[in-house]
Amino acid sequence: MAEMLIKNGFVFDPINRINGEKMDIAIKDGKIVGSVNERRAKKIDATGLTVMPGGVDIHTHIAGAEVNTGRLMRPEDHVKDVVRKTPLTRSGVGYSIPSTFVTGYRYSKMGYTTIMNPSMPPLEAKHTHEELNDTPMLDKASYPLLGDWWFVLEYLRKGDLTECARYVAWMMGTSKGYAIKIVNPGGLESWGFGRNVHSIDDEVPNFCITPREIMCGLAKVNKMLNLPHTIHLHTNNLGLPGNYATTLETMRALESVASGDKPVAHITHLQFSSFAGDGWGNMRSGAEEISKYINAHNHITFDMGQVIFTDTTTMTADGPFEYTLYELSGHKWVNTDIETETSGGIIPFHYKRNNAVNATQWSIALELALLIEDPWKMFLTTDHPNGGPFFAYPKIIAWLSSKKARMATLKKCHKKAQKKSLLPSITRELTLYDIAIVTRAGQAKALGLKEKGHLGVGADADIAIYNINPEKTDIARKYKTARRAFGNAAYTLKDGKVVVKDGEITQHVDGKTIWLDVQTAEQVKVDEEMKRRFKEYWTVEYDNYPVFDHYVKVPSPITVKADV
Amino acid sequence: MSIVKAVTCPVCGSLCDDIELTVENNEVVKVKNGCAMCESKYLGYKSEHRIRTPLVRKDGKFVPVSMDEAVHKAAEILANANYPILYGWSSTNCEAQRVGVELAEEVGGVLDNTAVVCHGPSILSVQEVGIPTCTLGQIRHRADLMLYWGCDPWSAHPRHLERYTSFTEGRFEDSAWKAYLQKVKAAAGKKKLVSAERLEFVKSRPRPQTQACTISGPPQTLKKDGRKLIVIDVRKSMTAEMADYFIQVEPNKDYEVMQAIRALVRDHELDVDKVGGIPVEYLEEVADALVNCNFGVIFFGMGLTQSAGKFRNIDVAISLIRDLNRRTKFAIMPMRGHFNVAGANIVSTWQSGYPYGVDFSLGYPRYNPGETTCMDVLLRGESDASLVIAADPGATFPKRAVEHMVKTPLIVIDPHMNATAMLADIVFPSAFVGIEVGGTAYRMDNVPLPLKKVVEPPAGILPDEEILKRILEEVRIIKAQKMAKQAEAA
Ligand code: SF4
Ligand SMILES: [Zn+2]
Repeated sequence: MAEMLIKNGFVFDPINRINGEKMDIAIKDGKIVGSVNERRAKKIDATGLTVMPGGVDIHTHIAGAEVNTGRLMRPEDHVKDVVRKTPLTRSGVGYSIPSTFVTGYRYSKMGYTTIMNPSMPPLEAKHTHEELNDTPMLDKASYPLLGDWWFVLEYLRKGDLTECARYVAWMMGTSKGYAIKIVNPGGLESWGFGRNVHSIDDEVPNFCITPREIMCGLAKVNKMLNLPHTIHLHTNNLGLPGNYATTLETMRALESVASGDKPVAHITHLQFSSFAGDGWGNMRSGAEEISKYINAHNHITFDMGQVIFTDTTTMTADGPFEYTLYELSGHKWVNTDIETETSGGIIPFHYKRNNAVNATQWSIALELALLIEDPWKMFLTTDHPNGGPFFAYPKIIAWLSSKKARMATLKKCHKKAQKKSLLPSITRELTLYDIAIVTRAGQAKALGLKEKGHLGVGADADIAIYNINPEKTDIARKYKTARRAFGNAAYTLKDGKVVVKDGEITQHVDGKTIWLDVQTAEQVKVDEEMKRRFKEYWTVEYDNYPVFDHYVKVPSPITVKADV
Repeated sequence: MSIVKAVTCPVCGSLCDDIELTVENNEVVKVKNGCAMCESKYLGYKSEHRIRTPLVRKDGKFVPVSMDEAVHKAAEILANANYPILYGWSSTNCEAQRVGVELAEEVGGVLDNTAVVCHGPSILSVQEVGIPTCTLGQIRHRADLMLYWGCDPWSAHPRHLERYTSFTEGRFEDSAWKAYLQKVKAAAGKKKLVSAERLEFVKSRPRPQTQACTISGPPQTLKKDGRKLIVIDVRKSMTAEMADYFIQVEPNKDYEVMQAIRALVRDHELDVDKVGGIPVEYLEEVADALVNCNFGVIFFGMGLTQSAGKFRNIDVAISLIRDLNRRTKFAIMPMRGHFNVAGANIVSTWQSGYPYGVDFSLGYPRYNPGETTCMDVLLRGESDASLVIAADPGATFPKRAVEHMVKTPLIVIDPHMNATAMLADIVFPSAFVGIEVGGTAYRMDNVPLPLKKVVEPPAGILPDEEILKRILEEVRIIKAQKMAKQAEAA
């Protein structure tokens, strides 16, 4: 394969502590190498441009049953954003729940190359993988929803962590998943009969186990299995006023699992879990309390869940939460409970500047991202499409890196939200180096993806080049320039191939599907007894449950050696 | 001889995946666990008169041609058409459906599936009000109240009750099968061969000798513990015979009855004696049962989607479920007919954003039922070619639509020489999906299941996916040639 040289760019590669140095990046066979033959190599002149590793998204709902039901239920979302077929690319629709091809193209145009699809019901995992096959330009992985899976509840209740770990290992391979996803632990099983849990010590009906036990149990299992990512957690009471207290309790509970500075959990879309106040009337930000705790502890990582002022679609496995939104909005409502495993809900939602609660949510996410001092702890997401569509990331980059940008938006917000917002008192502005951390390096590190998020020798040649000259452009002042640049990469390289140039797709590539092959000393026994139990729990046969190899177009399994 | 276990049945939307087939000399000779419909599919498909090569109509007569020739002819038709329709898809696998969307996009046609004549109104309602639903196992484990409205699973989805609802053991709910047998026994007034009947359950479909509760008899059984089965239909179907409670609604009065139940659930008084021919007391009984269950579900069929009111019926049904969720846990689910009509909607949606009736003629997907479904296009007489796959619109569409379809070039891909194929200009015989070719299908609750290839197709007969891919490739070649010629001319 051809060699390539990216010449003379300003390189931001935080994992290798490179901060805007002018240097060349050499590529061979889709990987970053130390050097290439100058003469033979194809060259990209990156003079005056910013070079970063390809973007990594730790949490974005782009494929699977739930996303697709969102697409189905919202034709009105699609008509305002249609995408034509070209000789190189497929047609489709965009906006908050884009069709699969358009999803791939749009991420690629922003310089993203790897995404994590965070909400996969194992029973419907084949669906997720079929859609991922049709999502081009990106490497991708999915997190199976395991926090309310009956097997987990039963083994944790028995205190049998080893057997629980074996089943989780089995499930990773069976569903071709990447990390343990936990959503409103205990709440989803309760939702099976229309109930919910309201604190981390509420008992789950019929299962005699608490959310605390589920989270801590699975965090331990995660450690026993040596999974590259931590448990990926959506907290209890998400989206409800006063829930910052639950979040603090959750973080404290997880201290018991931590050892040293290695994270044991990732709390996702933290904004939705940081509300203070005791009702919608006096709902306010809990960012101060939350960030204070986080600044003093290192056992958890986070992502923002930034709200964007637009019409979007909320979708989560948290069925009871979506029901609450339905009660509040009366909007069209989808609920999809999945036998033995999880639940789900969808509601269209329009975040408005002149709504005090929405505007406060917008402010909370930014407050958190700016008050949490260490950028390696807090990553940029919208929980696409829950807080807003992913193509709004350049806006968030602008808000984070420019006080001017965020104050311009805050000025247009609801008066009450403006008054309560902490943003006017925060002066911090993220640098390009910080931005590279919160949009790629930090995420790759938290995910344990060794070949992503950096430009060192051996890394995948997934690279984004942006039209920003850090010597000439101060992104804190020229935030509109930054926004444009991050929205339309000058180049995106996937596995060493130029797939985007000047914000346009130049080549269709498939991208790999990553999952874990977790090897335990002893495996789950698949005997008649297991199959019988299986038949009791699910309405499909054991033999038909797994995601077979042929369901993945470009497979890229990672082998993990477990301690059990 | 070999036995293949855990085969998924490619017949109805129940998509039972526990079928056991005995295969001998590349033939299915025995079917275990399947219902009569399943058995007759696996044992009967061979007796089908199979054509072995593609056919092309020349001078009004079909003549056998090579695959290459047929592919070229079909591609020419599609590449030269301005506004072709590509219809069917519900009885093939998702792999073929994927190629179908790409082909429709390539030729700028209208992609549509059989939902347009069955559950299209249900989809419109979901787009209007959403849908609280769940997978079938959730019902098996938890539901203590099932209401089948405008559908007869005992006949159309024969194992639905036994695998997913009333007669299955769940974690929190037991099967009502014993209670049902007792009812049969008591009503018959003499000891029946219960155990024998139980053994024969799958095969023989015991016809209950009972007077199930009807309009004329007040429903004692609704007060019972355990799973309850309610049927609301215009006629006393087989399922109605087994129900704890049956309400016979006058034809086209579903909407009124549903509205009345909804009012009662919301604690409104009704100041009429009867709605849709049903005394209000009985509707009150039903409303009470709905509100007082722990987990209820409404299944609805074409009796509701295709009777007067159509998608308004489903709107109000879903609204009823929304109301009920304020009081207890409730779900609703359409009884999808063809084994992979759900898949056709799903694949179309992930690739184009829309579930059916997708018009690619402007270079991007457009969706506006009433304008962009193949039925709309045919009735307006606008299409200039058709490709029909895995469906038989010649037998099911209105006469005027079929007349227009036949006026323009018609390509059919199907294992059967069906009514539409008889009218076609080009016929591609294809392999039986789920028997001669595997793939994926989606159950009525959107759970994906693998289909199995259990026997080889006859020599020369290709799977749908393969045929479509060849046509797509050929279309691209023809279009490129056309472009080159145009460039030359200019
Ligand atoms: S109920 Fe339907 S899917 Fe199940 S065996 Fe019968 S025909 Fe096949
Ligand atoms: Zn999420």
